[in-house]
Amino acid sequence: MKTHITTTVNGEPEEFLCETEQTLLDILRDELNLTGSKEGCSSGDCGACSIILNGRLVCACLVLAVEAEGQKIETIEGMADGEELHPLQKNFLKDAALQCGICTPGFLIAAKALLEKNLNPTEKEVRYWLAGNLCRCTGYDKIIRSVLNTAEEMRRK
Amino acid sequence: MSTRIFGERVQRNNDERLLTGGGRYVDDIPLSGALHVAFVRSPFARAQIISIDTSIAKEHPGVIKVYTYKDIGNLDVEMPLLIPHPALHSPKTQRPLAHDDVFYVGQTVVMVVAIDRYVAEDAARLVDVEYSDPFNCSIEIEEAVLDDAPLVHPDVPNNVAAHCIQVSGNPDKAFQEAEHYTKLKVRVDRSTAAPMECRAVAARFDAVSGELTVWDGTQAPISVRGGIASIFNLDEDKVRVIAPDVGGGFGQKVLLFYPDELLVPFAAMDLDRPVKYIEDRTENFLGSTQERTQIHDVELAATKDGVVLGLKDNFLHDTGAFIPYGIAVAQVASTGILGPYRIPNSRVEYKAIYTPIVPVTPYRGCGRPHACFAIERAMDQLADELGLDRFEVRRRNLISEDEFPYERPNLLFADGLAVIYDSGQYAKALDMIIEKINLDEFNTQQKAAAQEGKYLGLGLSFYVEATGIGPYEGGHIKVHPITGKVYVNTGLTTQGQGHETVFAQIVADQLGVSPEDVILVEGDTGAFDWGVATYASRAAVVSGNAIHLAAQKARKIVLDAAGNMLEASVDDLELGGGEVRVRGSDVSVSLAAVATACNPLRYAFNEAAQAATQFAPAARSDEPALGDGRAPGVETTAYYAPPHATWAYGVHAAIVEVDPGLCSIDIKRYICVHDCGNMINPTIVEGQVMGGVAQGMGGAFYERVEFDSEGNPRNANFMDFLVPYATEVSQIELHHIETPSPLNPLGVKGVGEAGTIPVAPVIASAIEDALKPFGIKRLHHVPLSPNSIYEALQESGGDFNSKL
Repeated sequence: MKTHITTTVNGEPEEFLCETEQTLLDILRDELNLTGSKEGCSSGDCGACSIILNGRLVCACLVLAVEAEGQKIETIEGMADGEELHPLQKNFLKDAALQCGICTPGFLIAAKALLEKNLNPTEKEVRYWLAGNLCRCTGYDKIIRSVLNTAEEMRRK
Repeated sequence: MSTRIFGERVQRNNDERLLTGGGRYVDDIPLSGALHVAFVRSPFARAQIISIDTSIAKEHPGVIKVYTYKDIGNLDVEMPLLIPHPALHSPKTQRPLAHDDVFYVGQTVVMVVAIDRYVAEDAARLVDVEYSDPFNCSIEIEEAVLDDAPLVHPDVPNNVAAHCIQVSGNPDKAFQEAEHYTKLKVRVDRSTAAPMECRAVAARFDAVSGELTVWDGTQAPISVRGGIASIFNLDEDKVRVIAPDVGGGFGQKVLLFYPDELLVPFAAMDLDRPVKYIEDRTENFLGSTQERTQIHDVELAATKDGVVLGLKDNFLHDTGAFIPYGIAVAQVASTGILGPYRIPNSRVEYKAIYTPIVPVTPYRGCGRPHACFAIERAMDQLADELGLDRFEVRRRNLISEDEFPYERPNLLFADGLAVIYDSGQYAKALDMIIEKINLDEFNTQQKAAAQEGKYLGLGLSFYVEATGIGPYEGGHIKVHPITGKVYVNTGLTTQGQGHETVFAQIVADQLGVSPEDVILVEGDTGAFDWGVATYASRAAVVSGNAIHLAAQKARKIVLDAAGNMLEASVDDLELGGGEVRVRGSDVSVSLAAVATACNPLRYAFNEAAQAATQFAPAARSDEPALGDGRAPGVETTAYYAPPHATWAYGVHAAIVEVDPGLCSIDIKRYICVHDCGNMINPTIVEGQVMGGVAQGMGGAFYERVEFDSEGNPRNANFMDFLVPYATEVSQIELHHIETPSPLNPLGVKGVGEAGTIPVAPVIASAIEDALKPFGIKRLHHVPLSPNSIYEALQESGGDFNSKL
């Protein structure tokens, strides 16, 4: 039997029906057509499906869709403000902090969660915070620089 | 004339989509009503299938069909051997679904198709496959090759798939004349590419048009198309293969065919419904190909001054249970072993060995990291044995600038062509890295650190990489008559390397447009279907030059037409800002208008089109609308086939601090000097090198796919198989040298794999240097773990603990 879930996704009220075993990642992707969150491992090890659930960074592959009842979900699709990219997105673009792009939404969401907690992180703090996100293309350095650059920019504003 | 865009740090022009969640990878393609595939995989390395009972699975609600080998008709055949070779005397490839025997844990046995992935996976567990008792097996290549070893394939003695000997010069004479011999045995363990997007295939068959569309996260869409058409006996034009956004490949996705690449299209046609298979991470470890295990026995014959006269290498290469990609990896290793060194006499012999584990095909580096580890560890050892400086020994053996092109007589590379190094400035690279390291400062620091009980070490390694091999690629260019935007196609495809940007730069220079107005569509046989694939660091070299040639042809068409339109001599025209201008005047015509005018029109649908209709003054003549041999529009195609590989190279160094108590390693500095010829875009080159170095660090420290003695994978997930995290990869200092390749018009060399190649020997060299005070034994086995360093220290004898 399907369960009816009412939730908020990227600031908009959203409801869906799901089976109890369905992950939030699958519902986001397959039912709500929010395919920006990616499946990299389905075991919470790679961070490609990172979303923010009630202000907390989580892997959507480890959350059951039924657990989303009454929760606030933020995904990559809600990160830009309309046409205006989030400062992290702008800097990733400028700093070439992505290659194949499949881990990128997860990195952006994770970095956003970090900067919402701490706008003045050290390089080490950024590296450890993002250690839950795997990337096989970039070697991480450009991502780390980009997050640090963004933090600095946002502090100045 | 605008400034040259080639060589500029142009911002990657495909990223905004990817940054906002708009990437379209196979699993993101909306396919309404798609069915999902799950596989039943072998739980044994070697066993015989006694029976398969699918009855319960078939009854499971939501299951559409369950396929065994009996249900796949003509597909029940051994899949193609992609690259045959005379030395590959016993090639074995697998069937899409196991028929009698299984050959590795993870081999596909049964395919379940169901309404969704959950149901398909549940039902796969309900299939009852009865196996014989598992057969004895040997997963260690040194054991597998022995006379009494259990056989993976009963008709392949000693498990030897291929045996190859390559000799250059006169190695026996060199070994007789030498004054010093350096012998060592090195080993690189099994690894896997682990792209962040696992493999994925989706297919839809249109029964009305008879067209089959396949979305495949592959590096080789055109080749997949050719294979599918051939195996299913369809016209090529009825099969369209699209590699959409692909989440990394690193070689794993160049193999065709994986069973799913045939079975998913088969099911889509059989069931007349869209079907998709999204591999999960565990399956990527079980069913997608891996690489790396080689054991090299190397001997150098040298003079007392450290000049290497000859090399002998005898190595074993693990090819896993099958060898669908031929011996490419071993062949690349067998020629790469000589590195950037002159070494005029060599004898390299190898055997490719079957083991009942996941098959082996190229992974970023493709034999080069193994060969580089062997020769660079040998050079360090030679230096130590002769009491010479490691840098100096290398200097005495480097091929010098005036020796290019440098041919290694009688050696054949993996493409079957001669080994001819085309250009390089090896000594300059060595000088540069010495300068960047600041050796004097390091020596001081090392001594000072030792006073405080800290152990600093310096390591280095050269590498060479034969890149940009053939056979060929094409470039197709069309200037859009309405917008003036330039559409570009090539046959190979990207997995994130930035083709959209670098190819746009090449075209922008010829047609005077902004790179943003160049739109690349690749990896889609519906857009362009001549070419091969992305492998061997070849896209910039082979497709890049093809696109360059096509752009030159387009430029000529544009100039000729604009000359007519502006009533000016072609010599007086310049292209820039999306228009053609008469130099020094304000007389110009837009590229869009030129493209429109080049297409004789009947209907005037806009202002520009009015100028191109039959009754427009410019077009009126008694001649046919298109002259003899002319095609409409500004549209060109060109192909580029390299004469042979172009050789990139570089040298890396690292300064590490080792804590001998914890056996932990801190990389203080990592420095690269590299040369990939003329750089199209330094930002993109940096990204390639840095990503490569990160993967190399994985190979140096972490990435080891482990199997137990019965062939069961022990770390088939990201919790246990470690790849470097953001916390592990240090900052990388990058320095460029640009020695143009004389082989191609753009003077470029490939860079995709370069970064990965020398990292393991750099790290091993640095750790050895740091732990010299302990008389540490040589580090000849990667990946290096704290355990292996601890063991090496224990074996170093005596006073290890007292020195802590």
